[in-house]
Amino acid sequence: MDNVNNLRDQLTKTITRPIEKIVKFFITASAFAAILISISIIFTLLTEAINFFQDPAVTFKGYFTATRWTPTFQNPEYGVIVLISSTLYIAVIACLISFPLGLFSAIYLSEFATKRTRKVIKPVLEVLAGVPTVVFGYFALNWITPNIIQRFIPGTGVFNALSAGIAVGIMIIPTVASISDDALNAVPNSLRNGSLALGATRRITSLKIMFPAALSGIIASFILGFSRAIGETMIVTIAGGQYPELNLDPRSAMYTITSSIVNVSLGDTPHGTTAYNALFALGITLFIMTFILNIGSDYVARKYRKEYE
Amino acid sequence: METKETVQVNSESVFNVTDLSVSYGDFVAIKNVNMDITKNKITAFIGPSGCGKSTLIRSFNRMNDLILGAKVNGTITYQGVDLYDKMVDPVQVRRRIGMVFQKPNPFPKTIKENITFGLKVNNMTDNMDERVEKALTQAALWDEVKDDLNKNALELSGGQQQRLCIARTIAVEPDTILMDEPCSALDPVATKKIEDLMQELVKDFSILIVTHNMQQASRSSDYCAFFTTKTSDDGKRRTGELVEFNETSIMFTTPDQELTEQYISGRFG
Repeated sequence: MDNVNNLRDQLTKTITRPIEKIVKFFITASAFAAILISISIIFTLLTEAINFFQDPAVTFKGYFTATRWTPTFQNPEYGVIVLISSTLYIAVIACLISFPLGLFSAIYLSEFATKRTRKVIKPVLEVLAGVPTVVFGYFALNWITPNIIQRFIPGTGVFNALSAGIAVGIMIIPTVASISDDALNAVPNSLRNGSLALGATRRITSLKIMFPAALSGIIASFILGFSRAIGETMIVTIAGGQYPELNLDPRSAMYTITSSIVNVSLGDTPHGTTAYNALFALGITLFIMTFILNIGSDYVARKYRKEYE
Repeated sequence: METKETVQVNSESVFNVTDLSVSYGDFVAIKNVNMDITKNKITAFIGPSGCGKSTLIRSFNRMNDLILGAKVNGTITYQGVDLYDKMVDPVQVRRRIGMVFQKPNPFPKTIKENITFGLKVNNMTDNMDERVEKALTQAALWDEVKDDLNKNALELSGGQQQRLCIARTIAVEPDTILMDEPCSALDPVATKKIEDLMQELVKDFSILIVTHNMQQASRSSDYCAFFTTKTSDDGKRRTGELVEFNETSIMFTTPDQELTEQYISGRFG
């Protein structure tokens, strides 16, 4: 019995280890901070957006049906559809550029490139991802517009959707390429060997076996790229112009959600006015759009991960 | 088919291997292999891990080409044609010399598509349904899957998946099938099925099989090649070498080499 009591004494808690507790507290607090910040952002957006809709000049119906976005005019109109359509329009142009280019570079990198070429190209793509978007904005305005757009489509204005869309597209190529490349690399090598052993060529193997097997990851990269295009701000503000009426001409200037937020917050609009509060309604609209896309991308990517487990 | 040189060979053999060695960069995986592989027989490659038997079997359909830095020296002739001749197209080679891998690797498509893929690649698109049925029947899988040909192949059991891979291989009508440890991922029941299947297939195909299961080699093969690793004098490099190539019945009763005897009786390896 003495032995047992002796051991019990040795095992009894005597030290409190305060540093353990302090460290644990900070780590836990950091983890919850991200959640707390997200919640407060949503809360702020929501309360201010509610203020916006309480102005009798604003109606839900008008918000979604008016075809002009002119909050600072004498008779303001708040047709968010103008901004949403501009946003989607430029995003679609960006996708037309970035999806094929991004996907083809991913297929090239994972299926055709030698290890050495891969070592060169992959970092270059990542550098492209690191270029600040303001640089792309001026690139669009001062290079793409005069040297490409205005040369091939004479008469196009300085600010136009096409130029902004192309620049946004170039900006998201690395996102699409890198995630698609990861998706292709996640497909087991045994599938590639199985196809080649049947007498399939590299081309058929990459297009008929590897591409479909990686499809959900590739779709996830598309959704994420689209979501980045929608949220892109600097390029469209600099090169896309501010044309506040509904139109679908790629040569015309447009007015995206993000660039109208920039314009409102730049200062002319007094605090507390409806025009100012509109900013938050736009914020929440944009937030909902990208949120849905990100969830969609996450869902698709998760589904694809299951396939080979 | 055009080739520069045609070796006079025993009409009974499908492959003639002369002074073959395979290396990856500086590492020589296997060297000095000489053997004739007999047509419509099962030839088994046995030996301890790392003796280069998988490397060797991959040189018979030029799958080694796909590994960066892999280099094949010496010659393998296939029905008299040098497989590593500059004019030979590896894609054409693989259409005639099929391969089944260690781990079942069905495509993430339907059962039927797994077979039609190879048919389409090889322009065998006439009577596809018949060809699918024939291949699955030959692979002893038809009865189990005939009602769910449109089911995803990944839903099959491991043994069924491997038989599907065999079906997919034989559907394109090769004359030789290479099998790289085809049962190593399977349970004994599934293994037995594959072994029985091999006895059926060997009537139409020449079969080369890598196995580390000696019972399997002794049960199912007609010829047997035993490889082992030799360590270089400085002890740094290990290279696979062919120790003995013989009829299986002789190999497992009265082998020529002492080393074979030791390996087979389980005294090393």
